[in-house]
Amino acid sequence: MSYEHEKLAEEKVFKDPVHRYIHVRDRVIWDVIGTREFQRLRRIRQLGTTYLVFHGAEHSRFQHSLGVYEIVRRIIDSGFGGRPEWNEDERLVALCAALLHDLGHGPFSHAFEKVFDLDHEKFTQAILLGDTEVNAVLSRVSPEFPQRVADVVGKTYKDKLVISLISSQIDADRMDYLQRDAYYTGVQYGHFDMERILRVMRPAEEQVVIKSSGMHAVEDYIMSRYQMYWQVYFHPVSRSAEVILIKILHRAKALYKDGYRFLQDPVPFRSFFDKTITIEDYISLDEGVLFTYFQLWMKEQDPILSDLCRRFINRKLFQYAEFDPAKEYRKIGQLDSLFKEAGIDPEYYLVTDSSSDLPYDFYRPGEENERVPIYLQLPNGELSELSRSSDIVDAISGKRRTDHKIYFPEDILEAGQEDNPLYKEILQLVRG
Amino acid sequence: MLAEHAKIVQMISLADEVNGRKKLQKMVYILKKMEFSFVEKYELHMYGPYSEELTLRVEELCEMGFLDETCTDKGSYVQYTYQVTEDGLKFSETGDAPKQSLAPCISKLNEQSSRFLELVSTLLYFDHLERTEQIEKVRIVKNKLNFSDEEMDAAFAFIAEMSACAVA
Repeated sequence: MSYEHEKLAEEKVFKDPVHRYIHVRDRVIWDVIGTREFQRLRRIRQLGTTYLVFHGAEHSRFQHSLGVYEIVRRIIDSGFGGRPEWNEDERLVALCAALLHDLGHGPFSHAFEKVFDLDHEKFTQAILLGDTEVNAVLSRVSPEFPQRVADVVGKTYKDKLVISLISSQIDADRMDYLQRDAYYTGVQYGHFDMERILRVMRPAEEQVVIKSSGMHAVEDYIMSRYQMYWQVYFHPVSRSAEVILIKILHRAKALYKDGYRFLQDPVPFRSFFDKTITIEDYISLDEGVLFTYFQLWMKEQDPILSDLCRRFINRKLFQYAEFDPAKEYRKIGQLDSLFKEAGIDPEYYLVTDSSSDLPYDFYRPGEENERVPIYLQLPNGELSELSRSSDIVDAISGKRRTDHKIYFPEDILEAGQEDNPLYKEILQLVRG
Repeated sequence: MLAEHAKIVQMISLADEVNGRKKLQKMVYILKKMEFSFVEKYELHMYGPYSEELTLRVEELCEMGFLDETCTDKGSYVQYTYQVTEDGLKFSETGDAPKQSLAPCISKLNEQSSRFLELVSTLLYFDHLERTEQIEKVRIVKNKLNFSDEEMDAAFAFIAEMSACAVA
């Protein structure tokens, strides 16, 4: 039997709190899970700094990746199999792409990408195609197989139905992270009837569609997503931690560029500071390395770097205040000047941050919303865009919700306000 | 603070006005690829490189009163036009002065249709590949737009022209 079709002598299962069991029969999948690049995902948290607010949120991208794989496996093996619109030759590439779609995430993914101007999707592709263990496994299927998986991840695969399983407005990625993040954070919002959605998913020419009788389950899923974004993902305290994390990395990079002599040479970061990153550098970095350096940097002579690290490690985060850009944008300039006058570097201690989410949208000609809609399959076989049938979804379609905050070190300002009238002035201004 | 916002206002100010959200997205992406210092993070969406970050920033600039967004019903579609307000002009002066080559590059971009800029930006998204592979990727991603060989040639010529303009 070819490696592509080889099955394990006995099915392997992973016990999983969200899907109960994750089933593996394909030899390729089992081998991919055993690679060092996939195992690294155990050391990258799924929700970055959210654990500082919801203490249960310590789950990893390893767990999420297995979850996405399991959902795609169920869709294919229980729903799509045997239907004429589904090409069974795409099964393994879809499963591998589901399992490996987050392979290129770095430690504290979004903060890290922002500081070093990286793209996790491009690193996923580079790891799949580079001199790596995962590439060696995939290449055993066929020489072009790693490229096929990389194309699905990069959304350039010829069969768009396969892409839509992992990347669309109703995909396995979202269905796993909503439920998993809800489970680990302990909130009640992210739950929806996934079993029902899987039962009504149908393969169509270019994307997954939903049998119209499943519309209410999809409504529930969209509302769950909406709640999770505002209650968990955009939580202002976890954003505060992320703001500090970004500032730590910026400060370390700036010091390195200025020739500052660190007590401990930041070897794992050098190529990131110099923009000469290799795949090996990237794979070697995980959250454990970052935490080690944050601990070491707490003892650095540079007062900004050591203070920011202490704040992150000991959870002494910045305070936040609401900010309305339409009415208060001048406040930012005033605060910037006051911070400088007071001897507090606004580059590191005064941050505006905006969160914005569009719960669901569909393409309107002439607009740049870039979203492929969810289609319902009507009893006569025709497709209808979801918001045409659902009043609930119609009510939130295209409605972007945005939230703006200012982050600042309230503790420093409060402690010093008796001695320094500028501190008091800053506090009064920032609190409105 | 707000330095990245100021860059977007400067860019639209140099263009005088930008017609269409898609056009604005693609213009900033192409400028970023030409090494102008825009920081908005782009991802490949179904319709080409797209930045949620830029969408949010433009929305904020409209809220702040620095950009004026007008919406015109064109019958089969709606078009958004962006112009810088007087307050926006003052605000843009708070940012660092842009490179001199920015203005002619913007002018060249603004003369093009959004369809053409969509093609150019998508080709640039795959600029780590060989030319034939770039074309192949664009044909897969944008199979419904049916770009002709002439359009592909024109897009590559435009990229070369932009690269020269950016370093001039």
